[in-house]
Amino acid sequence: MTTLWWICDILLLVVVIPAVLYLLNGVLSAAKSIVPAVERIGNAAAAGSKDLDATALLLTTQDQVAKTVAGVAEYGGSLDVILDDAS
Amino acid sequence: MLVASIEPVGAVAIVAAVLIVLALVYFLVMTIVQLRKITTGLDAVIASVGEIIEKSAPVNGVVDDINGQLDAGVELLEGLLVQKAGMEDALGLVEGLYAGSAAAGFRNFPESGSTRAPRIGEVYTKGTLTLARLGREAPIAMANPAGPVLRNVEAGSLAARLLYPEVRQSAPPALPRSPVIGTDAPVQYEQREDIGAPRRRLPERRPPRSDPNET
Repeated sequence: MTTLWWICDILLLVVVIPAVLYLLNGVLSAAKSIVPAVERIGNAAAAGSKDLDATALLLTTQDQVAKTVAGVAEYGGSLDVILDDAS
Repeated sequence: MLVASIEPVGAVAIVAAVLIVLALVYFLVMTIVQLRKITTGLDAVIASVGEIIEKSAPVNGVVDDINGQLDAGVELLEGLLVQKAGMEDALGLVEGLYAGSAAAGFRNFPESGSTRAPRIGEVYTKGTLTLARLGREAPIAMANPAGPVLRNVEAGSLAARLLYPEVRQSAPPALPRSPVIGTDAPVQYEQREDIGAPRRRLPERRPPRSDPNET
């Protein structure tokens, strides 16, 4: 009976403890590797948000495009009057 | 007393269990610290992504509106070009300005995809194309596109000139000559004796202006 206990102790020391350490270290390493990736994602998202600050200028672009197309339409109307049709 | 009564095999088992518990505590605490860092980082990411969503929300509508306006402009210009120049010449003109674009045809004219674009450089001179590009008096509607070409491509400098308004090309003697200027010119302008002579009297000196701010 005592021999069986010794065998269990040896298994505990030689197999179980190293296995537990290996697995826990793997979990910790994986968690540590996620942190810099999350920081990079955060920086990229912040930079993307900052880049989108210029989207307000789209309203100016929209207004300018509308005015330009209106000018082109007036110009085209004048051309339509002063030029004869092809056929 | 209790420790002394434990057998060595039991002591080794207890030590092994304690080691396992210590390892679990250390690694789990470290993992919790890392997970808290991850949570903090993801909170920042979520905030930035929320800003992105908020800022980009109106972009779709604005861009759609801009595209609609530009589409209307393109339809207007294409329709006007086809109406004034005819389908073939319109395609040739576009091809002459932007090589390869005639193959795509016009948007609102499905038949333009199958229409063969003429080599517009043979029909119009480069100057005419430049004028067409500038939108000034391009004679693209002067003749029927179904008719002959407007100029002789092999020996056509005069024919090219005839594309433009009649001013100089057929009656140059009728135009007044340019004036001759200089000391030997037959007509001297400003024929006055005082020119070149010494000034009779010096201009009056004006008193210096007093500064209104001066007290």
